[in-house]
Amino acid sequence: MSTVPQFPEEEEVERKEGIPDRESESRLLEIRQQAMQHGKVEGLGIRPPGAPFPQASPETGYYGIHMLKQPQWTWQVPLYFFVGGAAGSAAVIGTVADWIGDDYELAKHARWLALGGAVLSGGLLVWDLGRPSRFLNMLRVFKPQSAMSMGAWILTAFANFSAAASFADLVGEKFGRSLPVRLIGGAGKLGSALFGMPFHNYTGVLIGATAIPVWNKKIHTLPRHFGMSGVQAGVSILELMGHGDSRALNLLGVLSSGYETWEGFLIEREKDPAVEPLKHGTSGWMTRAGGLLSGPIPLALRTLGWGSPRMRRMASYSGILGSVLTRYAWMYAGRASARDWRLPLEVEDRQTKPQPIPENVPKKFRAAS
Amino acid sequence: MSTTAFLTDSTLCIGCKACEVACKEWNGIAEDGLDWTGFSYDNTGAVGHSTWRHVKFVENTPTPGFGGNAADQITWEFSSDVCKHCEVAGCLEACPTGSIIRTEFGGVYVQPDVCNGCSYCVVSCPFGVIQKNEKDGRAFKCTFCYDRQKVGLPPACAKACPTESILFGEIDKLRLHAQERIEQLHSQGMTDAQIYDPTDTSVEGIHAMFLVRGDPRAYNLPPKPEVPTIYLKEGWKSAAIGSGALLAGALLAFATSRRQGAARGNGSGKLRARKRSRR
Repeated sequence: MSTVPQFPEEEEVERKEGIPDRESESRLLEIRQQAMQHGKVEGLGIRPPGAPFPQASPETGYYGIHMLKQPQWTWQVPLYFFVGGAAGSAAVIGTVADWIGDDYELAKHARWLALGGAVLSGGLLVWDLGRPSRFLNMLRVFKPQSAMSMGAWILTAFANFSAAASFADLVGEKFGRSLPVRLIGGAGKLGSALFGMPFHNYTGVLIGATAIPVWNKKIHTLPRHFGMSGVQAGVSILELMGHGDSRALNLLGVLSSGYETWEGFLIEREKDPAVEPLKHGTSGWMTRAGGLLSGPIPLALRTLGWGSPRMRRMASYSGILGSVLTRYAWMYAGRASARDWRLPLEVEDRQTKPQPIPENVPKKFRAAS
Repeated sequence: MSTTAFLTDSTLCIGCKACEVACKEWNGIAEDGLDWTGFSYDNTGAVGHSTWRHVKFVENTPTPGFGGNAADQITWEFSSDVCKHCEVAGCLEACPTGSIIRTEFGGVYVQPDVCNGCSYCVVSCPFGVIQKNEKDGRAFKCTFCYDRQKVGLPPACAKACPTESILFGEIDKLRLHAQERIEQLHSQGMTDAQIYDPTDTSVEGIHAMFLVRGDPRAYNLPPKPEVPTIYLKEGWKSAAIGSGALLAGALLAFATSRRQGAARGNGSGKLRARKRSRR
């Protein structure tokens, strides 16, 4: 018999493209020979202790091993959803506050938030990459059919326009607002608002257009949900940056928390089994907590305590916390959804479970509930 | 170059796992732990970044005509799972770096020197095939032995298969062969034999077809795999409505509060701040 093949160590997976030669081909034939000789079991079957073992069937799936892979994004990505949402909406708020609201101070702070958020977003995204040094590869193609590619371009444009706007602010304050500075500032404000709009909610499209059932089931509201969560966060951060007296921000806070309340109601009312992770288990409680903190609670604090700075501050904290929690809740829900083996196999009966799995089975093979 | 394909015939598979071994050896894939699953003789579980061929062991109640050595014992079906190399591939559509490409043989190939490990393909594959190797940082899946096909050789798994359960060839010929094989099996009384090739979904067919007996769901093959790009239209529509709402909301909020601010004279601290900065 031939020797046991030596597999490379886990770390050394670097491999040059194989060039078939006589040796490699005869090795494949050797495997084939070996399989022919030993691959067939001649003896009769026996019923070993512990039987009957789990069986595979259309009703119980393939031993309940989930077919879909769980999202492999790490903690940076939900945090990016939060930061990006806040930054994108801040840019829109900033430009409108400047041009319509005549509130220069607020506009300047909103622009700083947009720029800081854009830089932080980029950092978080690069951090999450398996090969961070290759982050520029994102910009070697322009693919409308990939929400991730669109997102990379939107982020790039948004960051550049935001930087231009803040640069003009800075130069304008130090050396006066000459024509070129005003031109750069104007282009920056317009661009950052234009790209801030898709940037604040495209992440809903990003996770919605995937094979993960709970995400793609909710694609028609996810971008709006994430967007409003971002508006809530942006407004709350700006209020805590010293604009707690802005009526416009409070109104936007009321609108966004109102929408989030409505969205939470829609989620609770949804009967589709794919949406279960938003209502049950860890992800379900996270979704509910996030929903309460960014929906009814700030809505009540803002409307009932319209004139009270303390209530508004509490609403801001609640909104920020709720927005962060909501993003993590959706990520956890995605993982739980991928582990639900019944969904892609269209097993209707929610009560069906694969037969009990023997105690000593490693966790990675265990089905979700 | 002609489009090539796999036809994996589970009625011929003996579950020897030669394809798994050949694949691992040829592609130099790292060892990924020797665990007992408790599920028949399948101790691999699923295809992933370190398993590109995976033999499924589908155990059934005793069924005449199914594999197995004794009449009163459970019977077996084996099926060697692999990347489906979809006609419209979710991973390929989603890849933001252009690392995942369609080869001249119709296969879906991840260029390891381009992939930056964003893991968007992982959630975009409707069959749960591609996976990121957390240690290495990049995504991996079956290459369809692109390196071997380029020099005119069949993939390693097909070459090592001792029963020709894994057939490799031109896709049109294999589809014809699959039909003939089904007719043959049906005439032998195996009326539950069928081809798994979801041509009627948005995946539009696969380049690694499977011949299975009974319901494909027992083999973890989804009845309706969909390419996630079909959700894009609705998603962007929703995003556009949301963006419009943000803009409208901001305009409304600032337009009304300005009027109120102006009505209050210079009572608003914001206006004074603005005047100061303009000076």
